[in-house]
Amino acid sequence: MSATMQEKGRMAQLVDWIDARFPMTRFMKEHASEYYAPKNFNFWYYFGSLALVVLVLQIVTGIFLTMNYKPSAADAFASVEYIMRDVEWGWLIRYMHSTGASAFFIVVYLHMFRGLMYGSYKNPRELVWIFGMLIYLCLMAEAFFGYLLPWGNMSYWGAQVIVSLFGAIPGIGESLVEWIRGDYYISDITLNRFFALHVIALPLALVFLVIAHIFALHEVGSNNPDGVEIKKLKGPDGHPVDGIPFHPYYTVKDLVGFIVFAMLFALVLFFAPEMGGYFLEHANFDPANPLQTPEHIAPVWYFTPFYAILRAVPNKLLGVALMGAAVILFVFLPWLDRSKVKSIRYRGWLFRGFLGAFAVSFIALGYLGLQPATPGYTLAARFFAVVYFAFFLLMPWYTRIDQTKPVPERVTYHAH
Amino acid sequence: MPTEHLAEAMMKKSFHKLVLGVVGLSALSWSAVGAAAGGGHNPAMQLARNDVANVASLQRGARNFMNYCSGCHSAKYVRYSRLAEDLSLTEKQVTDNLMFVGERIHDTIKIGMKPEDASHWFGTTPPDLSLIARSRGADYIYSFLKSFYLDPSRPTGTNNLILPGTSMPHVLWELQGLQRAVYDGESDAEHNTVHKKFKEFELAKQGSLSPQEYDQFVRDTVNFLDYIAEPMQLERRNLGMRVLAFLIIFFLFAYFLKKEYWKDVK
Repeated sequence: MSATMQEKGRMAQLVDWIDARFPMTRFMKEHASEYYAPKNFNFWYYFGSLALVVLVLQIVTGIFLTMNYKPSAADAFASVEYIMRDVEWGWLIRYMHSTGASAFFIVVYLHMFRGLMYGSYKNPRELVWIFGMLIYLCLMAEAFFGYLLPWGNMSYWGAQVIVSLFGAIPGIGESLVEWIRGDYYISDITLNRFFALHVIALPLALVFLVIAHIFALHEVGSNNPDGVEIKKLKGPDGHPVDGIPFHPYYTVKDLVGFIVFAMLFALVLFFAPEMGGYFLEHANFDPANPLQTPEHIAPVWYFTPFYAILRAVPNKLLGVALMGAAVILFVFLPWLDRSKVKSIRYRGWLFRGFLGAFAVSFIALGYLGLQPATPGYTLAARFFAVVYFAFFLLMPWYTRIDQTKPVPERVTYHAH
Repeated sequence: MPTEHLAEAMMKKSFHKLVLGVVGLSALSWSAVGAAAGGGHNPAMQLARNDVANVASLQRGARNFMNYCSGCHSAKYVRYSRLAEDLSLTEKQVTDNLMFVGERIHDTIKIGMKPEDASHWFGTTPPDLSLIARSRGADYIYSFLKSFYLDPSRPTGTNNLILPGTSMPHVLWELQGLQRAVYDGESDAEHNTVHKKFKEFELAKQGSLSPQEYDQFVRDTVNFLDYIAEPMQLERRNLGMRVLAFLIIFFLFAYFLKKEYWKDVK
């Protein structure tokens, strides 16, 4: 008994010693045990912490993959098969990484949609949103560079198609494409630099941006499904009356969410790692071959909404510009949205209709981007592209005239 | 050689259209539908119905592969020692029955044919088969090996309905025999031509195996190819069940822990 007492005393002494030199306890309090989050988070609020979990998963599995992967045109494909067959647990690490890539986008898309529904981008969270969008841009680049590394035939031709898009830029296009590739075609040199960007540059940028995203969030406080600012109503203890400490309440709740996510993740990883050719494409089991294009070149599913927009435009430069705009427009949401109300719960039918149409068009474009460009499909892609852009460009109009409902003083919460 | 490669590339690219052309589905709307559906309309396509958990079938498949395929096709990511382990064979059984003289148990399955010779003889290097079941699918290979038919216009004397114009000769002809492709003719007076629609194969020359025995032979071989494409697939599913079982138990603990903590949130 006395031994444990003394032990505890020593632990506390150690903590004091560290705290005198590094803000450990203060940091834990600020970001966990005394970070007050609204108590009414619903299903949609799991995906932020899940995105963080997947980021860690990708970094850790990535480190182990790098130990056996060889970034050269001659050895890359064989080294991936070496990992799959000869490295202890190599197949598991590789499938975790490849499944993790798709899982990352699923989680991030749901996380972003949550932001759209509950107006999480609106004042005072503009910077949280902008850091988030920068994370999304880095994530797209990270996925694109990583996709070349297995050096399969779809890796090769996918990179060929996407890099060549920069050729559409007038004047500098062709030299820019050469500069990116470092060669006249996708080659060993391209693979080497994509490897460097994939394992060092972008992960570093991602980690810094995630830290900035969380710091900005913890500065202004989390939004919630009601879009009510909980900081406006504080109790006698100085804490928001509708807030609860993130730790332990949301750490235990997010743990439950994480386990459900892990089950779905395991179902794919162990029983359908190719996910019918959507997570690992069949043509990528043929090594890169500059003389033989795959039957049908399509990017991985998470890029297809933008790819469909690109293909829907007959002019290459305009197509590239619109594809870029489709991604970049998210950044301007805080200023496009003129509504006084944040959450979809208190917005009118105009906003709900536009948001619903946007979600449908995003999924439809994603589907169309996977299909061959037949005239019928192209027409459909044009229609959905118009709907997609209408959501952003008409937003200042429909959010201003929309019939909103009064927002309550406090969040809606029913104790379980 | 590059031109031959390109020709092969072109062939692959327009593969769906070629197949449709050969079997005579020339109606444009049909080819659009076929292309949209990923070309699943090839009437010669059949289901492999193989089972990678069937070790006896894998052993027969390994034997078939070594006897009939490995002369030209490598499986350069597959080690003999791994075959011994996964197919319940002793290393001596593998060395005596599956390996050629001079190879060692930890070697991978390679071929002696030089690429220059191969392109001289066949117009192309026979593809490595380590991952063929993942890039093409088991059903594709099963159907391919069953769809060789007599075609005097081809240098090999046979053609294939699944991969028309293939440079691969029908190496299994002694087992299967030789078959003719039978078509239903439909005359199209408007275009002054006859549309041929593939109906069935008809045995022109008896092989040493009955049709049922040949199907089983091909199924075993495809099963082996399916296995070597992802040797850990059984282990993967097995581990998956255990991981899921753990997660279900973990979920219960976490769920009740959450409930306990959230009791005081009013």
